This record gives sequence, C-alpha cells and structure tokens, in this order.
Amino acid sequence: MALMRYAEALNAALREEMLADPSVFLFGEDIGRYGGVFKVSKGLMEEFGESRVRDTPISEQALTAMAVTAAMTGTRPVLEIMYADFVPLTLDALVNQASIYNYIWNDQVKMPFVLRTQGGGGAGAGAQHSKALDSMLAHIPGIKVVAPSTPADAKGMLKAAIRDDQPVVFLEHKLLYNIRGEVPDGDVTVPLGKAATVRDGNDVSIFATSKMVVEARKAAELLAADGVSAEVIDLRSLRPLDVNAIVTSIAKTHHAVVVNEGWRFCGYAAELSATIMDHAFDELDAPVARVTLPDMPIPYSEPLEVAMLPNAEKIRAAALATLK
Amino acid sequence: MKNTPSVEEHLEIYRKMLLVRHLEEGLGALHKEGRTRGPIHRCDGQEAVGVAATAVLEAGDKVATTHRGHAVYIGKGMNPYPVIAEIFGRATGACAGRAGHMLVADADKGVIGGNAIVGAGIPAAAGMALSMQVLGQKNVAMCVFGDGAAQTGICHEAMNMAGLWKLPVVFVLEHNQFGLTVPSDVQSPVEDLSVRAAGYAMPAEIVDGNDAVAVYRAVSSMVDRARRGEGPGMVECKTYRLEGFSTSDMGGYQKPEDIASWKERDPLLVSRKALLGEVGENRLAAIEAAAKAEVDAAFATALSDPMPEFSIDENCNPYSEAL
Repeated sequence: MALMRYAEALNAALREEMLADPSVFLFGEDIGRYGGVFKVSKGLMEEFGESRVRDTPISEQALTAMAVTAAMTGTRPVLEIMYADFVPLTLDALVNQASIYNYIWNDQVKMPFVLRTQGGGGAGAGAQHSKALDSMLAHIPGIKVVAPSTPADAKGMLKAAIRDDQPVVFLEHKLLYNIRGEVPDGDVTVPLGKAATVRDGNDVSIFATSKMVVEARKAAELLAADGVSAEVIDLRSLRPLDVNAIVTSIAKTHHAVVVNEGWRFCGYAAELSATIMDHAFDELDAPVARVTLPDMPIPYSEPLEVAMLPNAEKIRAAALATLK
Repeated sequence: MKNTPSVEEHLEIYRKMLLVRHLEEGLGALHKEGRTRGPIHRCDGQEAVGVAATAVLEAGDKVATTHRGHAVYIGKGMNPYPVIAEIFGRATGACAGRAGHMLVADADKGVIGGNAIVGAGIPAAAGMALSMQVLGQKNVAMCVFGDGAAQTGICHEAMNMAGLWKLPVVFVLEHNQFGLTVPSDVQSPVEDLSVRAAGYAMPAEIVDGNDAVAVYRAVSSMVDRARRGEGPGMVECKTYRLEGFSTSDMGGYQKPEDIASWKERDPLLVSRKALLGEVGENRLAAIEAAAKAEVDAAFATALSDPMPEFSIDENCNPYSEAL
C-alpha cells in the first residue's frame, strides 16, 4: 500500500497501462507539456513521447469523434475533456457514434476508449465550469459511466476502464484530486459495475458517487451523533449499476437516501429512486429521499454556490426526514 | 502518366460503377412499388467519386463515408448482395439488418462505415489515421464527404488536426452541389471549397468528378503522399446530384438544363467511351451483362432472405448483473 493523492493514483494508472500496452495513448488539451490542468498526466509526455501523449487544439467535438474511430482501429485512446461542462460539445460522438456501432454493426468492431473528465461545484468556477452531468451520460445505452471517490478506486477503475472494450466515461471531481488515501501496490484493477459499502449501518442507506460519497460519510458521522446508524454505499459505477447492492442494503435498513450533485429533474437521483421502486418497493418503510442540486444554473459568489450544493448537512436532514 | 489506372484497373472501376448504377435503379424501382423501408439516398451519376477514389486504396486502408455511400461500399470491396440484404433489413445483411443503408459497415473490408450525421465521417477518418500513426502502420484512411458536410464545425476541427499532425488521411470531397434542397452557393461564400485546404497546410486538387480516371489520378497522388508520411490531402470532385435528396423528396429544385448537361457527362458514358478504344465492344458488353446479372441475382436472393429476430443487447444493459 502507498499513500497517494487521487490525481497521483490516476497518473499511476495511466503510466502502468501505457507501459503494459503500446496501443494505449493519451490526448487532450494541455495534457502533454503542462501535464494537464489538474496534473493527472504529469510527466507522461516526457516518458512516452509526443505521439502517445498529445497536446491538442481546443476541438472537443472532433477529438471525441476521433477517439471513437481510433478505438475501432486498434488503439486504446484515453481522451481528457478538461471540464464536464464541455461534454455537451462531445455529445454527437457519444450519442450517435460511440454508443451505437457495437450493436448496429453486429459486433464487427470493439470500442475501447476512455473519456476522462471532471465535474462538480465548490471551487468558485461559475456556471460553465462546475456542473455534474452524470445523468446526461448515464442515459446512453452502450456507454459505461463510472465515478470513483477514493484514490484506490480511481487507480483500479481507470486501469479497468482502459482495458474495457466498451466506451467508458470516467468522471472525476475537481475537489477530489488532492484527497489522500491508501492505494494497493501493483497491477490491481477494480471492476466496473460493483458498488462498495464504505460504512455499515442499520437504519438508513445512503447511496452516492464521487465527491458526494465524501459528504455522505460526513453525514453518517453527524447521524451517529443523532443516534441513527447510517449505511453508506459508494456506487462507484453509474452504469452499469450494481442494483443488487442497492436492494441488499435497503432490505436491511428499509430507508433510502439517494444523493447526486447533478440537477434534480430527470437526474441520476431520479433514476436511482425509480430503480429502487422497481426492485425494492416492498422493502421500503418510507419514500426514497433525494438530495440533489436545485434546478437552476450554478452561481459564482461563495454564499450562493455553497447554499446550492448538496452537502453532509442536507443529507443528514433528508435521512432524518425519512425516519420520522 | 503517373498514377493513371491501367486499362484493367479502369475496367474494374467501370464494372463497379455499373454494379452501383444497377443497385440505385433497382432501389428506385422497388421504392415506386412501395417495397423499400425508410429513406434511401441514391448516388446515380456520382458513382465515379466513390468507386474511383476507393480503387486507389489497399486492403488494410480504411474509409468513412456518408449517408449516400453505396459507391464507396462497393468500391472498397463489398459485394452487392450483403449491401442489398442490409438495405432490406435481412438477417443476411452486412450488419444483420441493424444498420440500414445509411450506416453499412464491413470492418474486414475497411468500410467503417456509412454515417448519417452530416460531417461525422470527417473526424471519423482522421481518428482512424491517428490510430495508424500511433501504431506506426503504413495504412491510409479516407473520408468521402459532401459539400454540405464541408460547412460543419467539426470539419474544421478535424482537418486542422489532420494538417497539424500530418495524419495519413485523404479527404475526398464529393461536391454534388446540394445539401438536401439547398444549393451550395446558398451555403458557402466560395465555389471551390478546397481553397480551405491551404488553411490546414494541405495540398488540394479539383477534378471532374464524373471522370473516373481524373478522380483516380488525383486521389492516388494524395494517397501516395499520405502513405509516405507527408500528411493529408484533399481532392474536390465536382459532380451533380441527379435525384432528390432521398426517397423522401422528389427533387424538383435542380434546374432541368443542369440535369440534362450533367447526364451528358454521365460517368458511365465517360468511362465507356475511354475504354471502348482500348478493349472493344464485346468485352464491354460482357462486363455490362455480368454486372446486371449479379445485381439482379442479389436483389432476388436478398428479397427472399429471412428477417432478423429481436433480442436485448447485453452490452447495453443498464445493470451489472441480470435481475
């Protein structure tokens, strides 16, 4: 085990996969000489050269479309889209290209590419650099969407994503890059589509991904002081979703809080609520509680942004309300 | 002359253009009988571009094309039968009936593939070329795209990167004068769209897109450059769309005098005239009869083939385990 920052764990995953497989290459804005705006690809251009680590023009549409066909023709591209807010520029390549060809072409091609991006608020980055667009991405059949919350999962899941033969959108969070955690040494992958129970509890289940897992863990501490035993499930993967882990936890606690940093209407929390109703309705003693961003743009000024974002206190309040 | 097709190569181009013409006319006739499904985009009169451009390519080279891609499918080596079976949604189609005529692919033949998002084939070919460059392969990617696609933003992004990184890709502009109903001069301030190649440090050549030999020569020289690692090139092939946009419209916005003058320069007539002196009437007549028989047989077989059966694709399943 080694203590690593989240960004360092991602860097280690990229480096190990590039060493193991010469068909893995990286491209994106500022990722080469500068090492990435969040320093995830630091040092990799020096080590692997300018063909396998490419600084690109600001061309998200074409970059993503090129990742799709590069993946179909023998390489495993890892594309960095600097902000999740720029993902709408990439949507044709995801919705109309990457997601369809495996099926539409009757399994003639593989599509092993990873689109890494980071989203989320709390850094004062304003309405065009703070969004979590999880649900927009998880809506698309044929694409996997994952969002690890710890350095160990960041490394293990990025390695698994690079080796996956389907397109994977890898969602990071700007406020997670500096968190530290123990990361297993060596070639350890974490499967995509498996949730992790990060805190055992008996009274209420809290389901979250990415930075919201950090908030959910804090909420569980607060709830413990309230005399409530909360279970925290890090879903880790939004699609495919580990529905068995959700059902198993609710069968124990009979209360559910779903947390997502994206918008509420048609959001990922709404999908989780519906999934729970489909598969665990008889286990529920109360309606599912949703903690999300309100349905409005994310403002800049600190008190405005802080008031808006989901946090531990809001999760705690939602949990207490379901238990009343 | 350098890069000129041999007589045998030209004959093969002529034979494939005939296959495409019979395919298009067969589809037109079946559409009139109400036996086709969904829109069909014909390329009658434009066959020289897709067939002669892809005739230059080697087996390991790859091509992306448009929603009007029949000439590229056949040109790059697909037989009419799996294409026709796909167009009729049969289990025996090139993509088992899942793709339809706009999205046909045959990965083994390097056809990946048709694309019905206008402009999307341009970065598609650039991405294949990027892969070839990263892997150090000596292959070339080609994009056959239209004057409508040339107006998209993604065209600029992809060509810029192709020029910047000297990607082994050749952009073949099939300038058929229309984007759906809108003529090119209502879509662009320049008549010759290949003037834009200079902005991407790419050479460009304008050719008569109805002259298969002219298309072959120009594309061949660009493909040779790209294969040598000297970067991308563009060939602008001037042609004309004789039919409507698809079976969803009846045309009517093309000027009759334009249609008449372009029909006089039908690519089949241009090639036939050039080949007649080389190989004689009997050989041409035999090739023509065989092409018609092949397409007729393909239609007959495809139309009696079984339909596919539906099942859920497990790769699209939203859950990690079956419930």
